Amino acid sequence: MRDARLLAKLEPAGLRLAPSQVWGGIRLVPVLRDSVRDDLRFNRRTYDDHLTVVSLEGELKAPGLKYCTYVPHGLVVTWGQRQADAVQGTQLQAPDGKRVKVGPFSVRLLHRMVHREDRNQLRMLPLHLAMEGFLALHFGGPDVAWTEYSREALSHGLSPRIESAVPGWASSALDGALRTFEVHERQVGLLLFNADVLLSAFVVSHPDDYRVLHRTLLEDFYGELLLQYGFLGAAPELGLSLDDARISSLDDLRAAVTRMRDDWADFHAFMAGGLFGTDVTSERIYEAGPFLLQRFHTSLKPSEENHLGEAIVRDDGTLEYLKTYRLSAAQTRRAYLLQQLALSGWKLEGAAERFNTTRDDLVLRLRNAGFGYLLKEHVLEEATRRARRGR
Amino acid sequence: MAAVMEVRSEQVAREDLVMFVNACFSCTGQREFYGDARGQSVSIEFLHQYILGNYRRLYARTLAAGINHFNQAQIVLNLLASGSPAAPEDREEEGALIAATLRALPPPRAFRVLESLRARRINNRRARAIVREYLEGRADLAFDAVKYRSKLRAAVVHGHVKLPGELGPFLIHGWKKRTYTQPLLEAFRQAHYTQDAVYALPYTVAEGLAAKHGIPRDVFLQRIEPRLTPAERLRLQESAARDGGKAPAVDLERAPLTKLALYILSLKQEERRTRRDALHTALERAAARVLGRAPVSLGRVAAVLDSSYSSSGSLEKRRRPLGVALAAHYLLSAASRDYRAFWTCPVEDVVQVQARGQTDITTPLLEALAWGAELVVIVSDGYDNDPPKAVAELTRVYRAKLDPARRTALVHVNPVFDAEEYAPRSFGTAVPTVGVRDAEDLPTVLGFARFAEGTAPLSELEGYLSARVRGLRERDARRRQRDAAVAAPVEPVVAEEGEG
Repeated sequence: MRDARLLAKLEPAGLRLAPSQVWGGIRLVPVLRDSVRDDLRFNRRTYDDHLTVVSLEGELKAPGLKYCTYVPHGLVVTWGQRQADAVQGTQLQAPDGKRVKVGPFSVRLLHRMVHREDRNQLRMLPLHLAMEGFLALHFGGPDVAWTEYSREALSHGLSPRIESAVPGWASSALDGALRTFEVHERQVGLLLFNADVLLSAFVVSHPDDYRVLHRTLLEDFYGELLLQYGFLGAAPELGLSLDDARISSLDDLRAAVTRMRDDWADFHAFMAGGLFGTDVTSERIYEAGPFLLQRFHTSLKPSEENHLGEAIVRDDGTLEYLKTYRLSAAQTRRAYLLQQLALSGWKLEGAAERFNTTRDDLVLRLRNAGFGYLLKEHVLEEATRRARRGR
Repeated sequence: MAAVMEVRSEQVAREDLVMFVNACFSCTGQREFYGDARGQSVSIEFLHQYILGNYRRLYARTLAAGINHFNQAQIVLNLLASGSPAAPEDREEEGALIAATLRALPPPRAFRVLESLRARRINNRRARAIVREYLEGRADLAFDAVKYRSKLRAAVVHGHVKLPGELGPFLIHGWKKRTYTQPLLEAFRQAHYTQDAVYALPYTVAEGLAAKHGIPRDVFLQRIEPRLTPAERLRLQESAARDGGKAPAVDLERAPLTKLALYILSLKQEERRTRRDALHTALERAAARVLGRAPVSLGRVAAVLDSSYSSSGSLEKRRRPLGVALAAHYLLSAASRDYRAFWTCPVEDVVQVQARGQTDITTPLLEALAWGAELVVIVSDGYDNDPPKAVAELTRVYRAKLDPARRTALVHVNPVFDAEEYAPRSFGTAVPTVGVRDAEDLPTVLGFARFAEGTAPLSELEGYLSARVRGLRERDARRRQRDAAVAAPVEPVVAEEGEG
């Protein structure tokens, strides 16, 4: 039987969009929640280490699969009744993982992306959870020992698999936008558009938590469109007009303003159509009482806009937590290549047929996408040579 | 054709002037919530140069329009820098205006102007005469020589002014070289060697010398307390309570309205709650005092007050937009027969208002209109974002369809200057926008609103300005008479006016 909480399609159930606020090229759309329940709270935990190494399997210092990145902060999730108050702000920070000094740098070793700390408490690394899922796609590498693959690829899979992202503070416009943003009373989230392209969505359960976490958006990482489209001009400050002919009293005017608000919400929902309302593939991560923590990604087709993210859904289907990341075109292409390779059983000829191309061309594409290390040296060389001669 | 051109040029002149006066009401060249300091100062400097170049006489007369101190100082400097006008009556009026403005400015600002004369290398006969006349009019030059030592010295050296008595040696020949009979000068000299003499000096001077002697901060604050000016008392409340254990007693009854509002907003929520009644009456009294000086009586007034997050201002103008809104609330409620306030984020008790939330002007504005106000005053920075630009549409339709006869007057009072538009940001064309810096200027600003609306012709604006010029000169004449009547020089009450 399928769990109803597992997302098949991302629907903003129980959420409402308010008109956007613009700063330079950045457009921020507030997400409001009308019925707030106090049983899922988020708090911020800051780490000030240069590098964080998360062990995904095995003990903290034992050899095994690791996720290495820069993590400025984590989220502490508490659920259930009445415990929330005790945790909010008053809790002494329990030591999380281990700190190691490496020369002038400090490295934090953490145990798992999602770590249970108490009966009703969870520590998670926001967005890294989703990114880890993305990196782990087909991480095992070829499952049939085709002769083209290098020995490393056959024994270690894709390791090391690397992707890069842009920290929020790389964009001064985002800094200004977050600074001047006016948080609504019942706001629980934010849609972030750069040059009117959806970059990220962030939703939590409680408005007070959102206020605390608002500035952390600057430390989070975003797709490289944040920088690339940052060079475009300012996003237009739109304004809707009222229809004079339909107004004959103050009540009409009030109704017209309400309609204007609804139009704004519809328009922003349309702008975010690449994320909300699309089909997603999700994976369950953790079950916490009535809540299900999961991560998901969209279709990964290069022709579409692609997001990956993580979500917490309540048993009645309410979206309680959401954080997404927009993949860049190159990242989507890499994921798509791997997906198609895996679908054709890692056989290069089969995959080339799927792509409607030749085997040599596929080899070059793999190399250009940064997967050259999967193939044997002479395979790459032959493909390069033939391609050059062909030209 | 010529007539059309005439009309058009008059219209341009009127728009330029209204824009300039409006900018001079609000802009101080400091950082705002949405704009940085650089943009603000570039923008206002351009406006000054543009108006000075094109409408010199009106530029000088703007000094009397009730604009803020920053722009008064700028105008004085720019006028002095560009030589005197050719026509004798213009020359006479301009000179009188500059002198009167300098005398009316708070001393720190006036001395800053004198110092800037040197920095900008302005040294013509008129500038020197203005400096001389200003210094002659000062009640206690010895006090100025201690408190504004470097500025006074700059003015004296630059303007070749001869100072009477011991002041020349004190400022020019080095204060160390002799002892003085003037007690304050002697105290300044002694304070460099003994700790006790420090406490006879003004606070700003004593502070540095106390640090030099290594006097503990708490001891210093305790003993200097009688020398503190009211503005210094307000400013020191928090840090003195932290360092000295006790905040200096502040006379809430005497503080000016906007300063008081800003002080109250700087207090913590609990403190505002516990002292609520005292603060409330202090604000009411301050508003009554403002009205006592410039009586206004209004009918049924609704105020739409913006307490959104952007009214928290900037580091340089902390909570000023909110402070102006709070002060305007008390001022309007005292001035009108029937009054109601509509905040963007409704508050139970106005004293506890906070800068929080989005800017939704439409909801309170609709409520105000439904209440049936004769005059709706909107105090806001002009950025409405829930929904964006809805107020412009709403007021346009309201004027066009529901109130073409203008039974309800709408005025938008904006404490924030928008550098890119060279004007305070407006809510479309249906609402006249006027700038404001202190809520005390609200009566003046409301009087100016009819020009911002664009219906009054240029001649009326010129008439308005020359009437204000007459008023300023009369006030100045009275002030000089009063000063002359005081035979023995008393220690001046220094009203410190910092922007921020």
